[in-house]
Amino acid sequence: MRAYSWNFVLKRFGLLVLIVWTAVTINFIIPKLTPRNPLREKLMEQASRSGYIEQGFDEMVAAYEAKFGLDQPLWIQYVRYLGDIMRLDLGVSIANFPKTVMELVGAALPWTIGLLTTATLIAFTLGTILGALMAWPKSSNFVKYILPSFLILGAIPAYLIALILIYFVAFQWKLLPLGGGFGISTIPNLSLPFMLEVMKHSLLPALAIVLTSMGGWVIGMRGMMVTVQGEDYMTFGEAKGLTDNRLFFRYGMRNAILPQVTGLALAFSFLVSGSVLVELIFQYPGVGTLLARAISQLDYFMIYGIVLIIVVCIAIAMFIMDMIYPLLDPRIGSGGGG
Amino acid sequence: MSRFSLFWRYIRRNWTLGAGLGILVFLFLFTVIGLFFVDSKVDPYPLAAPAGVPPTLAYCPPVEPDCEDPKAYPFGTDGQGRNMLAVAVTGTWMTLQIGLLAGLIGIAAGSFLGFTSAFYGGLYDAVVRWMVDVLLTIPGLLILVVIASSIGGRSITVTGMALIIALISWRGPARVIRAQVLSMRERPYVLMARLNGMSGLDIVFRELLPNLLPYLGAALVGAVTAAIFASMGLAALGLGPLREPTLGVTIYWVINQSAFLRGLWWWGAVPITVVALVFIMLFMISIGLDELANPRVRRSE
Repeated sequence: MRAYSWNFVLKRFGLLVLIVWTAVTINFIIPKLTPRNPLREKLMEQASRSGYIEQGFDEMVAAYEAKFGLDQPLWIQYVRYLGDIMRLDLGVSIANFPKTVMELVGAALPWTIGLLTTATLIAFTLGTILGALMAWPKSSNFVKYILPSFLILGAIPAYLIALILIYFVAFQWKLLPLGGGFGISTIPNLSLPFMLEVMKHSLLPALAIVLTSMGGWVIGMRGMMVTVQGEDYMTFGEAKGLTDNRLFFRYGMRNAILPQVTGLALAFSFLVSGSVLVELIFQYPGVGTLLARAISQLDYFMIYGIVLIIVVCIAIAMFIMDMIYPLLDPRIGSGGGG
Repeated sequence: MSRFSLFWRYIRRNWTLGAGLGILVFLFLFTVIGLFFVDSKVDPYPLAAPAGVPPTLAYCPPVEPDCEDPKAYPFGTDGQGRNMLAVAVTGTWMTLQIGLLAGLIGIAAGSFLGFTSAFYGGLYDAVVRWMVDVLLTIPGLLILVVIASSIGGRSITVTGMALIIALISWRGPARVIRAQVLSMRERPYVLMARLNGMSGLDIVFRELLPNLLPYLGAALVGAVTAAIFASMGLAALGLGPLREPTLGVTIYWVINQSAFLRGLWWWGAVPITVVALVFIMLFMISIGLDELANPRVRRSE
């Protein structure tokens, strides 16, 4: 039996389209607002490196512009741009010519998605359980009063924690690798030793992300559990004589977890921003390092392409979360709106 | 009872706010007093001091180990010769400057938008709501990366960065203020004021605004936190004012020049500690303000 109404699904899908379209348009408009001409700059850079400016420099710039379609009126460029995006053609990387943006991002994206989903799932689970325990009056004092002081770590940006972790765990105590996705002399293959090595290398980045994002979940869950505990059905359950375990899990947590899941969807953008920088610090072969390198080389097409792909991924993830939510709370999603 | 002792009694009860304000006072004193000991035009910049000196109070150059006039580098120097104490003193102020400027502009623009859209409603409200929702889903850092790399390239100034961050710092306050005004609009006292014949503008300034102040305060702290977060993220990626010794740019150099791998731990420890203090301070102030604004969270003495 379908739990969804068409209204709900369409509205959410409309939001998805709107988000992607806004990102695409921002990507298009902002470069046009500046007086810079990336092609001219790149050619200038290479000309200055070789020591002289060739003749016909202006003709070269004009030829490149014609090739990339930059000499057409603005709205034609916009339509062409939209068409290219639909066909998943995000252009070529200026610095790594002739590799396309899609190629490079496609190689890096699985690493980022793997790291992010694992770290987020761990942080969410640990944080939610911890938050629920903190609000439960029958938990030990350690959980209720001492543990919260470690949550202050959540206020500090993830990449600073990553720097501290690198220095102590990887450099001083040499427990875990310094960075990268796998060892320098390892060739990627689909074997168990390789998988273990990948996991060893992703332990520190994941730890940095988990330590910083856990605080938010804990505080949220604790607030929700406090509210839920005041509800009538909790008193009823206790009066019925249900065991503490059953009360805690089936009555308390199950209801308190619903806003947490919404919070998860909303937190995607923060998580992505944070993990981009964490990846950079660990030189993890994900999208973050790619973006940092593109920025340092001022590889404009790469920058715009990466940003676009990240936004699309976030929008898709949010859409999936929105579809999952009615499964948890049947009141949402059926009966229109949402 | 004097105002001062009332204030102290409140701080004793709301100790998180007290701790946050205490850190603020400490940072303020550190910056102001520190400026007496460093030359802010020379010391925080490269080649002001010998490179790579660990924290010490009596430094002699290796060529003459028993010099008569040892210099003091309490926080050491970094790999490019900056005096880290000077960097801490000037960089803190610069980073806070960026945060305040971007946060204030964000609050002003955001509350104006949130206020007017909630108050007047209609199509204007629908458009603003969609805009804020969509823009809040796209990570601010990514928008900033696109803007900063296109506009500034390599020569962004401190004020320029604050203005760029202000372009997106209005999103959060707009949403919060709009939600608040929406709920306040239907309250009995507003309806009474309208029935009494108060003009729209009068209602805004005499009835709504005073009740909004706690939320504005919380939104300001949130906006400043987000702005400092964003400025450090941009700087770490290399899009900050690379010539200035802001804390974010210092971290950029730490990553770029592999400070930790060279054993120059104090180069990274100084900005990390200061930034951690700043964020912890903002966090505690926001929790403290939350207690101030939200009577349900208050504890009894």
